[in-house]
Amino acid sequence: MQKFKGTPGQIRRQRIERIGAIFISFVLAAWILVNLLESPQQFAQVAVLGLRNGLLYALIALGYTLVYGIIELINFAHGDLFMLSAVFSSYFITVWFKQDESNPAGWLTFISALFAVMAFGAVINVLIERLAYRRLRNAPRLAPLITAVGMSFLLNFIGLKWNGSTPRQWPTVIPNNDIYIGEVRISMVTILLFVVGVPLLLALNFIVEKTKSGKAMRATAQDKQAAALMGINVNKTIAFTFAIGGAMAGAAGLLYQQSIGTTNYNLGFQLGLIAFTSAVLGGIGNLWGAVVGALLIGLIQGLNDGLPIAFGQQWSQTVVFAILIIILVFKPAGLLGKVTTEKV
Amino acid sequence: MTTTAPVKPQNVARSNRKWIIGYSIAGALLYFVYQFLLDWEGLPLGIYDAIYRWMPPAAVNESLVYVIMALGLNIVVGYAGLLDLGYVAFWAIGGYCAGWFMSEFFYFLKIHFFGSVPAEAPGIHINFWLVLIIGGFVCALFGVLIGAPTLRLKSDYLALVTLGFGEIIPQVFFNGENFFGFNISNGTKGIVQVDPIPVGVKNLGPFDFGWKLLIFLFLTAVMVFISLRLRRGRLGRAWLAIREDELAASMMGVPLMRTKLLSYAVGAFAGGLGGVAFATHVNGVYAERFNFAISIFLLAMVVLGGMGNVWGVILGAFVLSWVNGNGLSAFGAFYNDRFGTDVDFASFTFLLFGLVLILMMLFRREGLLPESRLKLVLHEGDIDEEDASRKKAK
Repeated sequence: MQKFKGTPGQIRRQRIERIGAIFISFVLAAWILVNLLESPQQFAQVAVLGLRNGLLYALIALGYTLVYGIIELINFAHGDLFMLSAVFSSYFITVWFKQDESNPAGWLTFISALFAVMAFGAVINVLIERLAYRRLRNAPRLAPLITAVGMSFLLNFIGLKWNGSTPRQWPTVIPNNDIYIGEVRISMVTILLFVVGVPLLLALNFIVEKTKSGKAMRATAQDKQAAALMGINVNKTIAFTFAIGGAMAGAAGLLYQQSIGTTNYNLGFQLGLIAFTSAVLGGIGNLWGAVVGALLIGLIQGLNDGLPIAFGQQWSQTVVFAILIIILVFKPAGLLGKVTTEKV
Repeated sequence: MTTTAPVKPQNVARSNRKWIIGYSIAGALLYFVYQFLLDWEGLPLGIYDAIYRWMPPAAVNESLVYVIMALGLNIVVGYAGLLDLGYVAFWAIGGYCAGWFMSEFFYFLKIHFFGSVPAEAPGIHINFWLVLIIGGFVCALFGVLIGAPTLRLKSDYLALVTLGFGEIIPQVFFNGENFFGFNISNGTKGIVQVDPIPVGVKNLGPFDFGWKLLIFLFLTAVMVFISLRLRRGRLGRAWLAIREDELAASMMGVPLMRTKLLSYAVGAFAGGLGGVAFATHVNGVYAERFNFAISIFLLAMVVLGGMGNVWGVILGAFVLSWVNGNGLSAFGAFYNDRFGTDVDFASFTFLLFGLVLILMMLFRREGLLPESRLKLVLHEGDIDEEDASRKKAK
């Protein structure tokens, strides 16, 4: 007996998807191979930088993927929340606590700034949800989406007033010496990013997978009504999700500010979009998907920006958005996502 | 049942006549003020100053360009219900069509076609009216190219893909000085000096505001006409059906892909018109002008006025583009003069546009001048809730 494989249209689409995927991975592999043979040392160098950015993207992307997973909303304001957190942490460390070099006091401020900025991000995100998105939960889908865009503008405005209209340079409390592995230079900033970022990711995974609130989150994501019938406070759970996402964006803001050293009011838009692309690449709603997608995007972007045979930095955005479009067209469920018809 | 039949033909004719008359009167008034009243020597200086301060001719023309664009976006967002966050891409393409076909940009070529410059000038010089149509159709083509692979996605993913294109296309122009070895856009320098517009009696340079006002009013009227006619016709009704319920529409025999693609194409066509018009308005094409904020401004205009209602969109676009371009800074100057403060009002645009989007969505989703049908659809959830609470009360 022949198995049903779908209508002719679906079969054709699957074939196009498969051919497209093979073609794209082939081109990608060829490009990486050529560059690797050309200059292996430079390759490793930009790969490290790319992965470092990828980790930052991962922290932001988790906020997108958590929120999308639970209320199916693309929270456009999330990138700007990250920007505000970066500005907040620069004020916290440099203006309020006046730390501008790497010493024990600076380190202590950094650690307290981490907690403060995570709380800051969480509070802002919960406020946004409470004041705007919650009222629109039953509205047509266009309404919350447009509201999110409006929120993004609002946060942009706050950033503009807080940070000023031009980029601002800040001192960093992270030591700027480097470690060499072979010929490859790894800065302390990179190491610190991984030291702070990876435990955060693991903690998040623990919360979602192992705790009771995490279970409530997953239940709410699956079916709000059924979850409510099981005694889960849906509003509280959604607010909790926003809080975690905001805290991650806050941590990313601090790490970004300390590693790059500049803040700008329109920083959130581009980084937010890149992070969202990562979430989509990995399969939106899937936590590890977001992390894998972010690392991949960071890597590709780093390679594109730094390698001799590539489009170069001025096409960086184009490359990322091209990835977004290709993924959405050929494989909307993402690399690790499940195929569902409702969510896409 | 004959009583519930849709609008009868003679009603269509009558309502069409009505708006054409009203629109012509308003347009003629505007034209009169800017072409004759401002030049009249007997005009009191106070009024002259007030007009120049609050509503200079350039601001009116720019607002009209925004109106044309917003009407195009209204077809995509308001009629078909597809969120487009990258509309600025069409603006850019339309603008560069004007830059390519109406300037000395391609200096190594010498193509003239009813152009408005002397025949020995280098570059491509095609008649403005023809470039309008070319720009419109190039944009429509791009609309279809962008839409074809992506329209299968549902609303929020579609919004993202359009956002992606809205970022990519301006960046292509921004880096276009060396696009695979070709110079397609002069990069950040932009294409400066676009040909004047030939109108028979004279050629309109960048400062013939009165005449250009007339042309922009005419283009707006064309867009209004297209919007209203399409809305009534088979295609427009198909768009509304898709907006309200895609699944139901496809079950009733509406070809989803073709209908959505057409909405994209028509919307993009308007983007092309607006792009060409804007290029003649600022007398050049500058890549850095085409940024994401423009897409959101246009969206805010459509949302403020009332998605789907042509007159609402015109109102929203006119008001918001005036505020963005001139009103806020004029008000700031006025306020600072009066109270001796030094507040930078122009920086409040972000706040204003953000608040417009949020507050409209929270409290008046149908816009200032709502379209009756959309009002019902947008408050569907609320009605359900009301029903539920009423049942509970019982």
